[in-house]
Amino acid sequence: MATNINTASRSGAFAPNPAAKILQALKNFIPTAVAVAVLLAVWQLLCSGEGATLPGPLQVLEETWDPLIINPFFQGDGTDQGLFWQLVASLKRVAVGYMLAAVVGIALGILVGVSTLMFRALDPIFQVLRTVPPLAWLPISLAAMRDSNPAAIFVIFITAIWPIIINTGVGVQNIPQDYNNVAKVLQLSKLKYFTKVLLPATVPYIFTGLKIAIGLSWLAIVAAEMLTGGVGIGFFIWDAYNSGSISEVILAILYVGLVGLLLDKLISVVAKMVVPEG
Amino acid sequence: MLLDRSRFFQQILRLLSHKSSHQNSFRLAIMQTLSNSSAHTAPIAQDGFLVIDNVSKAYPTPTGSYVVLDGISLTVKEGEFLCVIGHSGCGKSTLLDMVSGFRQPTGGEVRLQSKPITEPGPDRMVVFQNYSLLPWLSAYENIYLGIDSVWPDKPKAEKDAIARDHLALVGLSEAADKRPGQLSGGMKQRVCIARALALRPQVLILDEPFGALDPITREELQEELLKIWTEHQVTVLMITHDIDEALLLADRLVMMTNGPAAKVGEMMDIPFPRPRNRTRVMESPLYYELRNQALDFLYRRFAHDDVE
Repeated sequence: MATNINTASRSGAFAPNPAAKILQALKNFIPTAVAVAVLLAVWQLLCSGEGATLPGPLQVLEETWDPLIINPFFQGDGTDQGLFWQLVASLKRVAVGYMLAAVVGIALGILVGVSTLMFRALDPIFQVLRTVPPLAWLPISLAAMRDSNPAAIFVIFITAIWPIIINTGVGVQNIPQDYNNVAKVLQLSKLKYFTKVLLPATVPYIFTGLKIAIGLSWLAIVAAEMLTGGVGIGFFIWDAYNSGSISEVILAILYVGLVGLLLDKLISVVAKMVVPEG
Repeated sequence: MLLDRSRFFQQILRLLSHKSSHQNSFRLAIMQTLSNSSAHTAPIAQDGFLVIDNVSKAYPTPTGSYVVLDGISLTVKEGEFLCVIGHSGCGKSTLLDMVSGFRQPTGGEVRLQSKPITEPGPDRMVVFQNYSLLPWLSAYENIYLGIDSVWPDKPKAEKDAIARDHLALVGLSEAADKRPGQLSGGMKQRVCIARALALRPQVLILDEPFGALDPITREELQEELLKIWTEHQVTVLMITHDIDEALLLADRLVMMTNGPAAKVGEMMDIPFPRPRNRTRVMESPLYYELRNQALDFLYRRFAHDDVE
């Protein structure tokens, strides 16, 4: 969608006026809007019968409009916070856990990519641990940290790190032999090899790992928070379920989805800025 | 001594080519050089500039060792342009890899100025067939990287000047800031040659450098390489599949027998006077004699057996 507009505006000898641009954007949006409308209609139909267990879209909107939708920045006592603050609390945990995972994961990935010995030693361990579901780490994490917040962050860390390690390692191992040969002929120093060959060649793989990891982090935080409690979108959902307001659960799910999409796009944008063009 | 003889021979050739009535003695003379040239395989006495001394390469396999090269001996003079030709799989690249230091021989050794070659280094720069430019660096940066690595202590201005000079040498000053992805195949190979020459290598190793280029670009680059070689007088080892390319460029052509256990089948002197020019070389009657001899070697005596 966005690329279409870009190429249109670049390839033309004259730049199309803003109105035409907006019109084109609207045109591109039509299929999405239709699909959403159909989905909402089907949902409304399914949930409007006599014994419907879930609310339809209209009921969700009606029940969450005031105060949840119109006042996302509400600040009350304890966990009684607006949805914006709930999401921010979750995002903070994800940010810390994810950053740690990125730093440690890239370092470990390069280590196993560069050294065959390290690969033989560590790869089997990674392969076993990466299949462990995020929540299985939570009891250990709680036992070790003795506090719910660092425990949730550790779960994010341990969930996000595997795809980063594995993709970085594969990236280093897949550096084209040609580039390594050039480095050998030129007798590049270790530092030059790292900055001019290894890192640029591996960056696309690193970002593949980072992109998978951000999705997993966001998945894991919602689940972890349901168990650890406190302010956060995960506990908000659990709390809303326990108090019987399914409409709030549905609204929160929608927000979780939107934020997940934004996180994914964010990594893509960063990747576009950082990954060298071939 | 060898050089003198070929100079002398060139003189005779020049004299003869003016008199078509001497056709017979001319042919006789050619036949003599050819037979002479195949006889002088390895000059002994003092060590040459680059010596490939009875080099063998074998790889262990479950069914015993697989011999790729079997007792190759070659001496390359300083400033000589040597082409290696042979069918694919005959171990040409393996041979050059042992000169560049990417592989070690299982028997014999390769010496450059009497020093055995043990690892790759910028004194033996390689121009790879697939360019091998780093795609995230511009043409200039690709050249500068090598200069900076070989002479880290030189002042920046000097390194910059070397990089710019060599871009200019291959006619790419305009494209200095372009990434390899924005360059054509011919331009990429020029950058690769510039990167190699910028490091003042003692030996320039080219592994089928123009194989992937279209015929017109290939001819352009051959002529450019010829010009650069004439100016730099660097020793060149070049693998090629193209007999005409070898006849235009090389002082000597090494023809290898088919693998496994490939050997130097025949060595051919290419005595065309320098500076060479494609038209003049191709007009010489000797050209076809040499060409036929190479063709005869490759397609009759060592025809590639496709039904292996």
